[in-house]
Amino acid sequence: MRRTIRFTVNGDPVEVEVQPHWPLLRVLRDELELTGAKMGCGEGECGACTVLVDGKPINSCIYPVLEAEGKQVLTIEGLVSSENELHPIQQAFLDKAGVQCGFCTPGMIMSAKALLDMNPNPTEDEVRHALAGNFCRCTGYVQIVESVRHAAELLLKNAKQTGAGE
Amino acid sequence: MRSYEYLKPTSLKEALELLGRYGEKAKLVAGGTDLMVQWKKKIISPEYVISLRNVPELSFVTYESDLKIGSATTHRTLELSPIIREHFPILLDAVSNLGSVQVRNSATIGGNICNAAPSADTAPPLLALDAVAHIAGPQGERTMPIAEFFKGPSRTALASGEIVTHFSIPRPSPNTGMAYWKHTRRKAMDLPILGVAVLLSFGQDGKTCAKARISLGVAAPTPMRARKAEAYLEGKEVDRGALDEAGKIAAGEASPRTTIRGSQWYREEMIRVLVRRTGLMCIERAKGAAHG
Ligand SMILES: Cc1cc2nc3c(=O)[nH]c(=O)nc-3n(C[C@H](O)[C@H](O)[C@H](O)COP(=O)(O)OP(=O)(O)OC[C@H]3O[C@@H](n4cnc5c(N)ncnc54)[C@H](O)[C@@H]3O)c2cc1C
Ligand code: FES
Ligand code: FES
Repeated sequence: MRRTIRFTVNGDPVEVEVQPHWPLLRVLRDELELTGAKMGCGEGECGACTVLVDGKPINSCIYPVLEAEGKQVLTIEGLVSSENELHPIQQAFLDKAGVQCGFCTPGMIMSAKALLDMNPNPTEDEVRHALAGNFCRCTGYVQIVESVRHAAELLLKNAKQTGAGE
Repeated sequence: MRSYEYLKPTSLKEALELLGRYGEKAKLVAGGTDLMVQWKKKIISPEYVISLRNVPELSFVTYESDLKIGSATTHRTLELSPIIREHFPILLDAVSNLGSVQVRNSATIGGNICNAAPSADTAPPLLALDAVAHIAGPQGERTMPIAEFFKGPSRTALASGEIVTHFSIPRPSPNTGMAYWKHTRRKAMDLPILGVAVLLSFGQDGKTCAKARISLGVAAPTPMRARKAEAYLEGKEVDRGALDEAGKIAAGEASPRTTIRGSQWYREEMIRVLVRRTGLMCIERAKGAAHG
């Protein structure tokens, strides 16, 4: 029953042999050894497994891997730059103490990335709406919301600097 | 090893053929947010899973003489659709707090309706909008008012081999207000304890109710219309008092159960309160629509 499929993960083409019932998360973690996305509930409730498929956040624990065929998958590992520098959203979570145990963090950051790609300067309500599917058992969400808004500032500053340099 | 074959048709015709070929051994899947969870919990064990994600004919939103929504359109697409945002606030109310962004990027309106949970958030709005389900099957196409579609918890009027292709919704008359109230303990990521949809169309004077729709989720074994309450409002000048009475009538028509999420008594009380509250929102929105 195994099938071979191809898709792109963090910019790199991959070819993997999969079982048709496997969710994308299993392939990312167990076959491709990208263990950033976490297995929490396995039922779409907690958001720990959030990755982007063609730019959209999805729960990879219930996303059929066969639907990823030919698509672009982005995981937390793909945010670090080629010079090994943290992505501004990652940096913002460190700066603003948006991380305690860290289990929810990769999912939080991927949801934040999808939000900021669409809406570079979100209000607090917009941040909470976008992150409603990401549960954190440690923090009170306040630092997480602050982290995302700080990330927006960092990204806007970066964009300005690059813009000015042109 | 418990597994299945996963099939990815790229046209409606191919999807119907596969469904015809594998019959009871097959299950359709759109976003999979209900189906995958049911599979994991071993509630279902299909041998073939037929995906509708790659069938372009099933995913669209258009608004010409009427509104048409493809069954495999995701809730996220609806949430971001300018047509829905501008003309159908009742649907926006329902989809923007259904699950999370991640769930809404996969989950579809057709899946929500065909899964036929009493709590399906898009069901009361579609009932209030007089939506019609368009169904394709081995015998060709047929249509069915959404009010006839639900047959019980997880049971629909679909025959074997049939696929819902889209929903059509008549253009509301001017001076119409519509709203859906999802009653939950937290704002997001929670199924409704109760869902209340109200649509009120007013006559030329802007006051007399020409058409009323009141529909309820989690108030009976299936999503339902409160037809007596609707009839009570039609022809009247609708104010707080009239809505209060309509809420009482609606609570009498409903048959909610006591569950872990709320008791029968609580749900009946809340139907009264929420029909009034949602009705008042409709009056406000009808004014806004008339000015806009
Ligand atoms: C974490 C989480 C939160 C949720 N929150 C909510 C919520 O707040 N409110 C709510 O209402 N629901 C909620 N749900 C339930 C679910 O997301 C919705 O019901 C969703 O709309 C189902 O759509 P789907 O495309 O994923 O359906 P699927 O799982 O793909 O399909 C559901 C059923 O419908 C059938 N089906 C699908 N499409 C068709 C078609 N075109 N023709 C015939 N049959 C078809 C399938 O065979 C299956 O039996 C939640 C689910 C999760 C996992
Ligand atoms: S592990 Fe996927 S949502 Fe919880
Ligand atoms: S930091 Fe521990 S779950 Fe969020």
